[in-house]
Amino acid sequence: MSATLKAGAMAGTGDLVTMKHGAGGRAMRRLIEETLAAGFVDTPVDGFGLAAMDDGAALRVGDQWLVVTTDSHVVHPIVFPGGDIGRLAIAGTVNDLAMMGATEPLGLTSAIIVEEGFRRADLERVQRSMQDTCREAGVTIVTGDTKVMGRGELDGLVINTTGVAMTTSLVRDAGLRPGDRIILTGTIGDHGIALMAKRHGLAFEVELTSDVAPINGLIRNALAAVPGGITAMKDPTRGGVASALHEMAEKSGVCIVIEEPQVPVNPVVRAAAEMLGLDPFHIANEGKALLGVRPEAAAAVLAALRAHPQGGAAAIVGTCLADHPGRLVLDTGIGRRLMTESEGEPLPRIC
Amino acid sequence: MLETALTGTASELKFRDPEKAQALSRALEGICREVGREPVSVMHVCGSHEQAIAKFGLRAVLPRSLNVIMGPGCPVCVTDLPEVDEAVVLAQDGVRIATYGDMLKVPGTSRSLADAQTAGARLDVVYSATQAVELARDTTDEVVFFASGFETTAVATAAVVLADPPPNFSVLSAHKYIPPVMEIVAEMPGTKVEGFLAAGHAATITGSAIFERFVERHKIPVVVAGFEPLDILAALVKLVELVRDETPRVVNMFPRCVTPEGNRNAQEQLWRVFRTVGGQWRGIAHVPNGNLRLRDEFAHVDARKKFQIDVRRLWNHAPSTLTQLCICGDIMAGIASPSGCSLFGKECVPDTPVGACMVSSEGTCRIWHQYGGHPDL
Repeated sequence: MSATLKAGAMAGTGDLVTMKHGAGGRAMRRLIEETLAAGFVDTPVDGFGLAAMDDGAALRVGDQWLVVTTDSHVVHPIVFPGGDIGRLAIAGTVNDLAMMGATEPLGLTSAIIVEEGFRRADLERVQRSMQDTCREAGVTIVTGDTKVMGRGELDGLVINTTGVAMTTSLVRDAGLRPGDRIILTGTIGDHGIALMAKRHGLAFEVELTSDVAPINGLIRNALAAVPGGITAMKDPTRGGVASALHEMAEKSGVCIVIEEPQVPVNPVVRAAAEMLGLDPFHIANEGKALLGVRPEAAAAVLAALRAHPQGGAAAIVGTCLADHPGRLVLDTGIGRRLMTESEGEPLPRIC
Repeated sequence: MLETALTGTASELKFRDPEKAQALSRALEGICREVGREPVSVMHVCGSHEQAIAKFGLRAVLPRSLNVIMGPGCPVCVTDLPEVDEAVVLAQDGVRIATYGDMLKVPGTSRSLADAQTAGARLDVVYSATQAVELARDTTDEVVFFASGFETTAVATAAVVLADPPPNFSVLSAHKYIPPVMEIVAEMPGTKVEGFLAAGHAATITGSAIFERFVERHKIPVVVAGFEPLDILAALVKLVELVRDETPRVVNMFPRCVTPEGNRNAQEQLWRVFRTVGGQWRGIAHVPNGNLRLRDEFAHVDARKKFQIDVRRLWNHAPSTLTQLCICGDIMAGIASPSGCSLFGKECVPDTPVGACMVSSEGTCRIWHQYGGHPDL
């Protein structure tokens, strides 16, 4: 092992893709902008393509929008408290469509790559979970692809899902305006903390469960409450609420002030995060959304969310201002500070 | 497996009451005014204090005339280059390194542990010394626990060393001991520090009485403080009072955890396993008795004795010239602030840190970069 390391002489590590490039923060956006999206962003699209760096693309079809999104899912462990990779693969794509205002998916595709030696029973379990989640979201898989790769060529199972849906009322993450209120549809940090606890063998008295779920029904309620009342949406997955809000503030050219005491956090998640030295604002969610809402529509949208079984803990957590566009401020109730974007994978602190 | 009891949130909120915080802020403002000159400069020597100050946004409500300097209180930041190099060499040689998460990105002479990991080395992030031992029990591979931290985490390391760890487990100690570095800062020419906030968790182990001699010698007050926002504000009020009255004393403002004599059992374990030796703290100085190393009788658990660690083979990669421009040392000594560094926010950012203060979430530069220092919000 040391021989290979020395032979490689560790080429400047700047030349290599690292885990932080996949953590949903700034490093990842830079990699995509500089490398993967290069050459495509300038191609004219009738609608919003890669240049918009939104949750998906929106292409004009007549007087409607065709929304397309794709996502590859890898998770370790494959089964975790509250869900598994199958549920994640369906919910992730359904939610990305919903975040653009398209809550009635026409269909999903599913491409699965399996490692040689993967247990058939586990694959069946994942498949059942995909079916159940599809039923919950009111969607079906319409085409797919399966590949098997040699042992060690990938880690267990990779699922890619693509979703398509039509909508007449497109919502983008760049639509915030000064005065808009920010609504969070529920508690934050549940998914990431549950996974971290499982991965690192941390046991708590109360089991932490992921929030992974399709939330297109919840979002449908919110969109119907006040037509045109929702100005922007984003689901705070990798990188957490902080990354999602940064992106929304930067793209929309507003400053967002978040009132921390209003932000719903499960007490067990809060305690676990404090113990591990992690900030719940940086932790991934898989069943929540951030909504920008016109001030006069905020109460009605909040009521519509709370009336849905998935939105009981929804809360108005912030406001958009015109000064200092792109800035994200956290009012802690005691003082104020900048809310930072996560840099790479959150690392637990030492003391 | 870690079994952890989580209690409700009611008790935690007791020390986060916004109204009480505002009252303390006002009191602090009044006392600072009574001192009659500005700025009043005090130093804390604990990354967890800076973390709490930043996290709760306290700098936005502290009086402008009060300068709260973050001292050399981040164990990750003061870990010296050769100490990181030792871990990197072991990792490159195929030894499994278990360490706390924030040690991964600390730059060594030519690379960090995270760089070694990208190139194929095996690293495990652990949350406790016990977890590192469990890792060793589950494998036949050699597992080295790259241990960092002050008295607090050193006690945990001592406990596993004393509990008969498996033969494939050893410790690479980068543990540091805080009291000697307070002497260094107090004696530093040009020091502006008029009072110290001492770390409540370290004092839980050492006891508050350990600072008596320091106060006597340097005539600088020391206040032991906890980590909730009200703990910190109340301790600052007490500390500035002592500055105003020119009555240097040790005051324990964290009595719910800290006693004058400390935790004797923990102290006994700490000193049975470790001895103090002098050593370089990154960017600060050579600190006599500042490093904790395993005693000879624990040579079988000491990675430095168990392995031939030749760090010189890393040194054909010259350290970057940027590192020489880094002023982390002056920042940790309270002489400079990050805004005075030519690299800060430009070449040195959390993604690609030049100095260690930008690595750890407890580092001054990292915290200023993230939270904006004295932000006008």
